[in-house]
Amino acid sequence: MTGAPSRLRIRALHKRFGPTQALAGVDLDVAAGEVHALVGENGAGKSTLLKALAGVHLADTGSMEIDGMMHLPLDPAEATAAGLAIIHQELALAPHLTIAENLFLGREPRRGWFVDRSALLEQAKTALARVGRDHLDPDCLVASLPPADRQLVEIARALTQDVRVLVLDEPTSSLTQADVGPLLQRLRDLASTGVAVVYVSHVFEELFAVADRYTVLRDGCTVAAGAMKDIDHDGLVAAMVGRNVEQLYHRTPCKRGEAVMQLTNVSGHTAPTDATLTLHRGEVLGIAGLVGAGRTELLRCIFGLDEVTSGDIRVLSYDGFASPRDRWAQGVGLLSEDRKHEGLAVSQSLADNLWLPCLSRRARNGFLNGVCLERDAHVWLQRLGVKFRDAGQPIRELSGGNQQKVALARLLAAECDVLLLDEPTRGVDVGAKAEIYKAIDELAHRQQKAVLVVSSYLPELLGLADRIAVVARGDVLPAQPVADLDEHTLLTQMTVGRQREGVA
Amino acid sequence: MKLGDSLSKLGLRGAGPLLGLVVTWVLFAVLAGGTFTNWSNQELMLLQTAVVGTAAVGATWIIVSGGIDLSVGANIALSAMVGSMVMRDGHGFWLAAIATVITGCVVGWLIGALVVGALLRVLLVAGAGALLVWLTAGMGSLWSLLLGVAAGAGVWFATARLRQSLPLSPFIVTLGLWGALRGIAKGLGDDQPMIYFEADETLSALMLPEGLLPPGVWVLLIVAIVASLLLRRSVFGRHVVAIGSSRETARLCGINLPKTELRVYMLGCACAGIAAVMQLSYLSMGDPTTAQGYELKAIAAAVIGGASLAGGEGAIFGTLLGALIMTVVDNGCTKVGLDNWVQEVVTGVIIVAAVALDRWRQSKSPAK
Repeated sequence: MTGAPSRLRIRALHKRFGPTQALAGVDLDVAAGEVHALVGENGAGKSTLLKALAGVHLADTGSMEIDGMMHLPLDPAEATAAGLAIIHQELALAPHLTIAENLFLGREPRRGWFVDRSALLEQAKTALARVGRDHLDPDCLVASLPPADRQLVEIARALTQDVRVLVLDEPTSSLTQADVGPLLQRLRDLASTGVAVVYVSHVFEELFAVADRYTVLRDGCTVAAGAMKDIDHDGLVAAMVGRNVEQLYHRTPCKRGEAVMQLTNVSGHTAPTDATLTLHRGEVLGIAGLVGAGRTELLRCIFGLDEVTSGDIRVLSYDGFASPRDRWAQGVGLLSEDRKHEGLAVSQSLADNLWLPCLSRRARNGFLNGVCLERDAHVWLQRLGVKFRDAGQPIRELSGGNQQKVALARLLAAECDVLLLDEPTRGVDVGAKAEIYKAIDELAHRQQKAVLVVSSYLPELLGLADRIAVVARGDVLPAQPVADLDEHTLLTQMTVGRQREGVA
Repeated sequence: MKLGDSLSKLGLRGAGPLLGLVVTWVLFAVLAGGTFTNWSNQELMLLQTAVVGTAAVGATWIIVSGGIDLSVGANIALSAMVGSMVMRDGHGFWLAAIATVITGCVVGWLIGALVVGALLRVLLVAGAGALLVWLTAGMGSLWSLLLGVAAGAGVWFATARLRQSLPLSPFIVTLGLWGALRGIAKGLGDDQPMIYFEADETLSALMLPEGLLPPGVWVLLIVAIVASLLLRRSVFGRHVVAIGSSRETARLCGINLPKTELRVYMLGCACAGIAAVMQLSYLSMGDPTTAQGYELKAIAAAVIGGASLAGGEGAIFGTLLGALIMTVVDNGCTKVGLDNWVQEVVTGVIIVAAVALDRWRQSKSPAK
């Protein structure tokens, strides 16, 4: 493949979001006519790279070229015009339009002012046939389709465009096994017509089946690239992982206390499926899994945010399901992964955010004493080392790391015994990360609280947790002591799930 | 199910609004008897629906795109005032009607331009337009208006390269215009209705029962048919649905959002302009205080007819049925001898019940 001119050529791409260096020198060469596997752990920079390509984010430095032409799209329309099509994990279809209308949105066959409906339907049938969905009625509303069909409709839409570079981000995550094979075949056919296909996936079997070459990203850099035939499953995992664990983590030795939370065969609407898990006092239990595997759904089910369809949850002495309000009263606190939308009310003050779950407890005769709340807030904010001017200042004035510390301080202020932390260090700089790790260690191992941590960042889990349970496609694997685990084992479990458990 | 299918092909989202209309009509037919069911009352009810119905057709377009227009009533009053000024200056019905619809369009342009974020261009255009209107004030209202619009349009296209982006929420923009437009209407007439023009036969005939149906009802039907055809079949219409359904998808697919949105507001407000012509005919004068609350009636008609304020959903003929349901309730309550307050309560209950029924039906359907 070397020697073939690159259709897509990326050199030394950098992108920084506040304190986080999301891309720190990405090189990528994709030739016309090849399927190129782009792999990396969660947070390695793949999504940021795709967004830079798609014109959602503007890269800080570095260059992107398509067929030798500078590619610096300011918005998605420019990226499309340059011949780039991206199939995102989150689907981009208009539910109130029909399949046919979605397939040709913005490029409808016209007859004057009007849509040429017969031509539209005919072209839609052809497009659907290409993805093996010719039995779908192109006149049917997208809202009525199951997720797998929507995914294929979106792929079909990309295929109808005159694409030079087709990027697929985890295209098979909502497909059944029966649909995957034909899709991969279709991608091979497409590549043979001269399209450069970039295939992002965690499912290595698919990558080995379809890709010619690979590029591995780690911590925002390209760390390896080569031909697929020269590497195997273990080699790819090693390239993704190969990193020194920084000395960020504290671990105070401690004895595990009694079980405070017991999940028995808990299932939700989509995930988890039949989850069984025990959480003890004085331990940090890590939850590992790929994005979309059902980690957040697991926490949401425990906390009563999502409906539990079957199974049983016992927390402390309380049995059965409960609303978030009940959970706070029982001493369970949740830290959301989506700080900006769910976790904090960013226009409110630090004190308001801190006391939000326990305002009624703080009230006297239904009234709150603002001065008193702000004064008492200082204790908790200082305990976590939040850098702030005034407990009455709006929380959006703080850095991401300090905001996250306030969100964590809220669980302390509410005197929770069971802490559910979803991505506690997302979007947080290294210094604040270390402080959050220290706080978690202190909570679990000195104060004998029970902590459940979900994280996409494996070194973090390995450094922080006492035991780790892997979630793969909604299935919660048994928790294992961290001493028996390394990144390689975890990554294998995350990608292959229960079937090949222990093989690695 | 079959009936629902074929009805949705006709532009209805299921048979709900039609069933609602039949039920309310039958209810009042039983309660009120012949005074309600005779043909002249049917004609009257259709006529009573014409103004709000036409405005509601425009509101449906705007709601389907994910927007909202709270200034419909004020727009009708202002446009009708401009029309009556043109007639006062001695022009005939047709020129006055054109001036009225143009005024509606200008308001639509103003809303759309503010919503898509072209505040600076709006200020420049408004400045140029106002200057021209002031300079040519001696030439009479019609020429002054046309020259002002032409100057404004010139500046608008000349400043097309200004990449100004300060998008405002349509709710806020039209809430402001809800008061401001009525203020302008009052200013035009010196706080008085404008009745100093000779009776024009075409104008008065528009809203009089004559032939099979009054001409105003035909206007409503034609507007509705054209609007429905455009919404369901034209490229523009499908883009409007796409924007209301999923803005990000529309953007991703390269649809020109500002241009499409600007056009939606212009089209929707042109309907308000047409409604203003009928209102002018109905009252035989320009009244700055007329059409109060029509914006909410228009929105209610669209919502009863199956439109979703979240965008993406809405059907023109559903809206017509929604407007008719409200007229039937108004008219029927009067015929039965119920007080005005009962009508208001019943109308309120119908709006909430219609939406609740629709949501319930959707939650029952198998697909998400």
